Amino acid sequence: MSDNAAVKILICQGTGGISAGAKQVEAEFTRLIAEKGIVAQVGKRCDVVKTGCRGLCANDVLVDIITPELGRVTYDFVVPADVEAILDQHIVANEVIEKKKAKEYYNTFVDQQMRVVMTGCGQIDPERLDAYIEEDGFKAIEKCVKEMKPAEVIDEVKKSGLRGRGGGGFPTGMKWSFCAASPGNHKYLICNADEGDPGAFMDRSILEGDPYCVIEGMMIAAYAIGCDAGYVYVRAEYPLAIDRLQKALDTCYEKGYLGKNIQGWGFDFDMRIKKGAGAFVCGEETALMASIEGERGMPRPRPPFPAVKGLWGFPTNINNVETFANVRHIINKGFEWYASLGTDTTKGTKIFAVTGKVKHTGLVEVPAGMSVRDVIYKVCGGIANNRKFKAVQAGGPSGGCIPAEVLDTPVDYDSLIKAGAMMGSGGLVVMDETTCMVDVARFFLTFTKMESCGKCVPCRIGLKAMLDILEKITEGRGEMADIDTLLEMGATIKKASLCGLGQTAPNPILSTVKYFRNEYEAHIIDKRCPSNSCKELLLWQVIPEKCVKCGACLRACPSNAIKWEKGQVAELVKENCTKCKSCYDACRFMAIE
Amino acid sequence: MSNAPAEEIPAEEIDLAEANHIIDKYLTLPGNLMPVLQGIQDSYGYIPRPTIDLVAERLNVYPSQIYGVLTFYAQFHLKPRGRYIIRVCVGTACHVQGAERITETFFGRLGIGHAETSADLRYTFEKVACLGACGMAPLAMVNDDTYGKMTVQKVDEIIETYNQRPMTK
Ligand SMILES: Cc1cc2nc3c(=O)[nH]c(=O)nc-3n(C[C@H](O)[C@H](O)[C@H](O)COP(=O)(O)O)c2cc1C
Ligand code: SF4
Ligand code: SF4
Ligand code: SF4
Ligand code: FES
Repeated sequence: MSDNAAVKILICQGTGGISAGAKQVEAEFTRLIAEKGIVAQVGKRCDVVKTGCRGLCANDVLVDIITPELGRVTYDFVVPADVEAILDQHIVANEVIEKKKAKEYYNTFVDQQMRVVMTGCGQIDPERLDAYIEEDGFKAIEKCVKEMKPAEVIDEVKKSGLRGRGGGGFPTGMKWSFCAASPGNHKYLICNADEGDPGAFMDRSILEGDPYCVIEGMMIAAYAIGCDAGYVYVRAEYPLAIDRLQKALDTCYEKGYLGKNIQGWGFDFDMRIKKGAGAFVCGEETALMASIEGERGMPRPRPPFPAVKGLWGFPTNINNVETFANVRHIINKGFEWYASLGTDTTKGTKIFAVTGKVKHTGLVEVPAGMSVRDVIYKVCGGIANNRKFKAVQAGGPSGGCIPAEVLDTPVDYDSLIKAGAMMGSGGLVVMDETTCMVDVARFFLTFTKMESCGKCVPCRIGLKAMLDILEKITEGRGEMADIDTLLEMGATIKKASLCGLGQTAPNPILSTVKYFRNEYEAHIIDKRCPSNSCKELLLWQVIPEKCVKCGACLRACPSNAIKWEKGQVAELVKENCTKCKSCYDACRFMAIE
Repeated sequence: MSNAPAEEIPAEEIDLAEANHIIDKYLTLPGNLMPVLQGIQDSYGYIPRPTIDLVAERLNVYPSQIYGVLTFYAQFHLKPRGRYIIRVCVGTACHVQGAERITETFFGRLGIGHAETSADLRYTFEKVACLGACGMAPLAMVNDDTYGKMTVQKVDEIIETYNQRPMTK
């Protein structure tokens, strides 16, 4: 932010911001600034800047006001009706509106993080090339092309210790060197923005908030490996990301940052977007390439590896969005700096999408190696509604659940695997005492069963058979032998499946059985769900001893099935109840079972 | 897929000009089958049968191959869709925040299940895995509008709102 004499109004316009009404807030600012003659009143330029996601989507619309007098102040939950007061009091009269200011938690949320990859997100206008260039944009690729040989770039990335952020954690520099070593003048570079793991949205936020940094990362990789063409495979559920990236690509072509002889540096690179069509397995690299070729996205056996024979038979290198977004920082600040962040085996920072039953859901970027406990409690404020923590699910459908006993596990690739989970793409779904772990296992299996491409029998049929067993258990019809069957089948499916989907699909079951076997047993032996979550096993009644007579359940119930009056214990009228469980989630005192 | 017509629609009357235009645009692009089908879907709202034959002929691929692609990806639709597409996220974050009651309430109120369209073509209902705004779980979308922190009550409000909306674009 170079221009100190101007007032800046930064409005979050990621998917979260927009759905909370950011466009209306922006329009109101623009309208009132003109109508009230704010520029003349303060004698400074007032720039309304739309930015990408700041990470705290639950509190949108977030608006930062930067003035020379007051510095940066953040307001949360801004609606158009607040705009006039912000202009009059804050910008004209230089008085912070304490009531509307984001509370202390916001500073904690921001201060505990370390933003490297997400520096641009939420700060710059993702639709303006100038804004990116002001933040040293395209300096790194210029340095590579002008001062470094391709092999030196690869070496720099190798020494930085960067590992792929797409889930596997494969060392990026090494991957590049394989593809660089393959003979041929025509090679492809692919950015994997399929982000299929439900609960993860860092790739979307980067593409929406700072698309140029991904383009620059890809340019650097293309130069280092010798690729002349690139694809970004974006899932179709991300229309805004596709839109912003397409705008960025068009601008790059227009301004000579893509195409032939980029900026006169004698380096060519072409890029285009490939839109997915809703298939999780297309995140797997060989399936992704089949999808670009216009086929059904089915994985194929490796070897041949993509680095040797990939897209249309040419050597191909695939990395994840976040991986590419790291690259320019390594080149700009040097591998020593990057390698000084994080742990021995995982360098740099990692972005996590922390969601579920946590106070402040959102995206957080922290140095690798922070403990899971700190991510949840220090950065995200702990568990919502005063409930007890039960587990955190890491790594999505391929990952596992981390119980309270191992909360001090550092977030790096190897420690998470040791704890029975995995980093995956960085989704952390927090679960409290109301979440049933058998149900969670069933949930993930429903997902992977549906997304199995059907090529191999263990994955296609095995997952279905395991799901049937889990459904039986959650409905109270399970037998003790079922647990062993699950473990046995899980082990076989892991061994006998072709691709990562089948090889990891049993993980959520194996890890919940390992840490929460008692919950499985309660469903089977006592026919009870200890978390009061599985519908078939609920009693559907208010426990009078636990009820504090607060009435929250009455307000939550859409069906007139709760009887409550001030000072009275609530009562659940079974005849009216549709078993939606709204009351159960609303009761902070766990008085409904 | 058998050779029998998928449904009882007598030879669909479809203007193929737009489909031809889309095919022209991608004719020389390698791997053009998906972009062409995506273009047709965007333009017609679904993939009408006659366009499949057209694509087969002009791109020189077997109709069976096209059906293979169409049935593999969740986002292609072989039947006309509702004016308002209701999507409810059933991703992990939304699941633990109670997405199930949202889907079930929609089911109950609209009388249509996953990937079904109401008889009057007003609504299509879909469950989707993660819309990427998990911070506001549970999440629902109607066409391009997002509704965060959903409750059963909000389901009724949404249906009320869209019942009032016009059926034309
Ligand atoms: C079923 C399955 C789904 C995957 N989904 C994704 C995804 O959505 N995004 C991603 O970057 N990688 C995904 N991967 C991993 C990719 O295959 C690949 O390893 C990764 O993109 C490599 O990038 P990296 O080296 O930068 O991590 C998936 C793998 C499997 C087996
Ligand atoms: S493991 Fe499953 S998803 Fe992977 S190739 Fe086999 S059937 Fe397909
Ligand atoms: S919400 Fe819980 S504590 Fe409050 S009245 Fe209802 S049952 Fe009792
Ligand atoms: S489950 Fe739903 S319908 Fe039944 S009492 Fe609770 S809120 Fe009301
Ligand atoms: S899990 Fe519902 S939006 Fe991501």
